Amino acid sequence: MKETSHLRTENLTVSYGGAEALKNINVEIPEKQITAIIGPSGCGKSTLLKSFNRLLEENDGVKISGRVLVDGADIYSDSEDITCIRKKMGLLSQRPYPLPMSIYDNIAFGPRIHGMKKKAGLDRLVEKYLSLAGLWDEVKDRLNEPASRLSIGQQQRLCLARGLAVEPEIILADEPTSALDPKSSQKIEEEFKKLKSDYTIIIVTHILRQARRLADYVLFIYLGELIEHGPSRQIFESPREQVTREYIQGVIS
Amino acid sequence: MAGKRSIRDARAGRLMFFMTSACALIVVFMAAGLLIKSFPVLRANSPAQILFSDSWSPLKGEFGMLAFIAGTVWVTGLSALIAMPVSLFSAIYLSEYAPSWLRKISRPFMDVLAGIPSVVFGVWGILIIVPLVRDCIAPFFGVYSSGYSILAASIVLAVMVFPIIIQITIEVFHSIPGELRDASLSLGATKWQTIKLVLLRKALPGIIAANVLGFSRAFGETMAVLMVAGNIPAIPHSPLDAGYPLPALIANNYGEMLSIPLYDSALMLAALVLFLIVIMFNLLSRYILSRINLRAA
Repeated sequence: MKETSHLRTENLTVSYGGAEALKNINVEIPEKQITAIIGPSGCGKSTLLKSFNRLLEENDGVKISGRVLVDGADIYSDSEDITCIRKKMGLLSQRPYPLPMSIYDNIAFGPRIHGMKKKAGLDRLVEKYLSLAGLWDEVKDRLNEPASRLSIGQQQRLCLARGLAVEPEIILADEPTSALDPKSSQKIEEEFKKLKSDYTIIIVTHILRQARRLADYVLFIYLGELIEHGPSRQIFESPREQVTREYIQGVIS
Repeated sequence: MAGKRSIRDARAGRLMFFMTSACALIVVFMAAGLLIKSFPVLRANSPAQILFSDSWSPLKGEFGMLAFIAGTVWVTGLSALIAMPVSLFSAIYLSEYAPSWLRKISRPFMDVLAGIPSVVFGVWGILIIVPLVRDCIAPFFGVYSSGYSILAASIVLAVMVFPIIIQITIEVFHSIPGELRDASLSLGATKWQTIKLVLLRKALPGIIAANVLGFSRAFGETMAVLMVAGNIPAIPHSPLDAGYPLPALIANNYGEMLSIPLYDSALMLAALVLFLIVIMFNLLSRYILSRINLRAA
């Protein structure tokens, strides 16, 4: 396990204005697999996800203690450049939020802010990542249209492509299909299955069937505590804890 | 029984319709009243003479208003130039950078600033800004100025519209979903890149609307401006010259000079011209807004 862990937390505790949202989380996320974080609403799933790329600290009154290590380096240490940490991780949120610009510029945004200027290079990247997110054929003739004209499902794949374009190692997805229709959801799930050969994917979901379909590794969080974690099969078929079993059987939700 | 209720329902609807149309009609009546009242002077002088001539000699029956129109445009334009960058950057600071305690105390502070009567701003202008222009700014450029000038009026006006523009601009930034910031930050953008490339773009229509609201007020602001603008009926050639904006003309002379023939009619026309300038400004900004929305949609 040790050699293949990509991201690891040590005693991670997060509190909002005094109330603890996450308590003492210790977990290792395996590399190049899909890890699902499951648990009821409001139990800290998204908080855990956002602590991985330091987006949490943008909010007022958040206290974070403990460590989050990516490739062995503590991302909360002062010597780390926050933009480099975030660049390592692509984020996919619940609803797609395309940037207020054209489809092309949405993809080119990341590479541009990291210093890429050449049109030919950008063109190549835009095509590469739109193709990787399975969107290229649908938008190649209208790259200069505002991204907001795409359907919600297309927008979510655009956001995926946008995140991939900064060449991250990890994809963080916060209930990425919750605003999408079943067909679009299915497309996103298919993308994830394809992408896991190259990326470590962490997905927050409250859809158990989705976790079952996608995940190789599962974290179950309940009321801010990591109740148990392990390979998907083990969690779904023989959970160790009573509360995990009840959640999976639908007794609690 | 249901009949009674539905009658009441219909009555309530009709009542509100009347209230609304009464408000809207006031604008129409006002414009019509001003137009009727300004007919006499329009009969004696052609509209072109009035709009494009700067010879204002009521005793000779000459009512060229160019100097006043120029005064209004100068004062409002210059105050916009001063107020827009300052209020935009303050709003960005307060909504994106400031700690929450500072945001909280800045709010009542700006409410107070917005509530100060304009005559108080005028006095402040006379005591502080006019000497500042006379003793510091004008000598710096090597010119003489009494201090009562377009610049003094613009500075006072800019300070008066700050709180309006800042507050609305902050609201606009708050209405942008946090996830959009997260999206940009998670791509490795810095805070400033996020603001410059994403948030400003998203907020642009709202920022324009905030400024339009602020400067619609600035066009008509009378008291503070007439106290510091100098009120000389000549076209100003630099910000350090005195100016005589339309509202000041009307307020200074209405009721005073009405023994001169056609004078009151000319003042009504001045009011109408001011009215039209504000309407044109609003229409223009609406047009710009719709173009931006079209591009963004």
